[in-house]
Amino acid sequence: MIIAEKKPIEEIIQEVKDFDRILILGCNECVTVCEAGGKKEVEVLASVLRMYFMAQGQEKTIDERTLERQCDHEYLEEIRNTVDDYDAIVSLACGVGVQFAAEKYQTMPLLPGVNTVCLGANEDRGLWTERCQACGSCVLARTAGICPVSRCAKRVLNGPCGGSTNGKCEIAKDTDCVWQLIIDRLKALDKMDDYEKVAPVKDWSTDRAGGPRTVTREDVKI
Amino acid sequence: MSEYVSNSRLERVLKAGHLGVTSECGPPRGSDAEEVKKKGLLIKDHVDAVNVTDNQTAMTRMSSLAACIHLKLLGIEPVLQMVTRDRNRVALQSDILGAASFDIPNMLCLSGDHQSFGDCAQGQNVHDVDSMQLVQTVRHMRDEGKFLGGDAIKHPPKIFVGAAANPFADPFEIRIPRLAKKIACGAEFIQTQCIYNMDKFKEWIRRAVDRGLTEKTFIMAGMTPMKSVGMAKYMKNKVPGMDVPDEIIDRLAGVEKKKQAQEGINICVEHIQELSETKGVSGFHIMAIEWEEKVPEIVERSGLHPRPEI
Repeated sequence: MIIAEKKPIEEIIQEVKDFDRILILGCNECVTVCEAGGKKEVEVLASVLRMYFMAQGQEKTIDERTLERQCDHEYLEEIRNTVDDYDAIVSLACGVGVQFAAEKYQTMPLLPGVNTVCLGANEDRGLWTERCQACGSCVLARTAGICPVSRCAKRVLNGPCGGSTNGKCEIAKDTDCVWQLIIDRLKALDKMDDYEKVAPVKDWSTDRAGGPRTVTREDVKI
Repeated sequence: MSEYVSNSRLERVLKAGHLGVTSECGPPRGSDAEEVKKKGLLIKDHVDAVNVTDNQTAMTRMSSLAACIHLKLLGIEPVLQMVTRDRNRVALQSDILGAASFDIPNMLCLSGDHQSFGDCAQGQNVHDVDSMQLVQTVRHMRDEGKFLGGDAIKHPPKIFVGAAANPFADPFEIRIPRLAKKIACGAEFIQTQCIYNMDKFKEWIRRAVDRGLTEKTFIMAGMTPMKSVGMAKYMKNKVPGMDVPDEIIDRLAGVEKKKQAQEGINICVEHIQELSETKGVSGFHIMAIEWEEKVPEIVERSGLHPRPEI
């Protein structure tokens, strides 16, 4: 899923301070699961903003709403009838949701309430870690199902680099060396011979390098 | 001459069966070429070639290629170090051609320290290719006479291609497979990480010999003299992938402070002498960090001077 984290409250206050009628718009998908932008976080943010502006002696309307998804026309349409009641929307969706809402409501200021961090998993309570960088050309079949593109600080495809120490990455003692993980799993799979297969120079045109990416499926078009 | 792939003196020395000697020169954090030239001239007559580091530890410095050119113009043979951190395949291939245009005949392909160690921690890194793929890239340009994109190169670069190996990094069991992989990619010489743990290094090179890898590449043992016990402790504890046994630290600590630097040189010379007799060692890469003036003494005392006439 998409992992996000809450923006610092000071930054959000700075963004919204000049607006009087504000909608805090949550999303029921990824940001709910990673506890950054679901109904609960909408309530908390709205309360904090209300208290802050009250203490400042400023009267503002701060409403709450959480949609099923913000990356979907159907659900974003649900606010069409009420959107003109506001001067700005703070979206707690990922960057995709914020932009999709902005595209739909051209004259409405759309402000992000979270930082979108990565494609990752909930590794432990309160811990989300990156697993994929959406490079557009998956190498996992050749790397024991563990991704060096997203999880190696140098995205080394023929690793590990010389900085791997005690299974950890040179950049931080609590960051696993992904090549150690790959080698451990190759051993578990009894596939260590695969280690010596050289990964060729990668085609990054399917990655960010190739410009904004699209997927077109004629078979599912209406 | 057909047995040579470049105009490299280093290549000729190694292929003639002599123990090769390289050293290292870090470009300055400024634009004064005299600093590079001074370092180069200090070691000119005691080495076959001089590595020029590429923004080592991710600290911004004068470019490796520019510093190589300064050395080349003084008649010193450079080894152009190139990391994959800062340039994509367009820039790498372009710099390879630029180097070849100045007759820089050697290259060492590296991934480079992560930028978070340096002065641009907030910068992007590139890593379009990795170090092994960079080796493949240079070999492809030289041997096939083609760019990665497939077009022919009018005057392909004649460059002797090297890579680094760290016999001490983790996990140990893939050290030899990893070396084999670099050789399969086309590494013609290997310069190793600084060696202090002699037993572990000898075990590593024994395995390389057993697998026939030393028949396919020239392994140059990395040597860095310790200036003090403080440096030894720092290397042991703070530098990733470095293996400094306690006996080295104890030996340096056992002499008075002002004699520690000399003791560090003594250890280095002893290690070179010992490894000169070790099967599979083809030469030495002496990295006297900001201590280039000591390289002549180390080379002479190790019995590696004068350098052979080629």
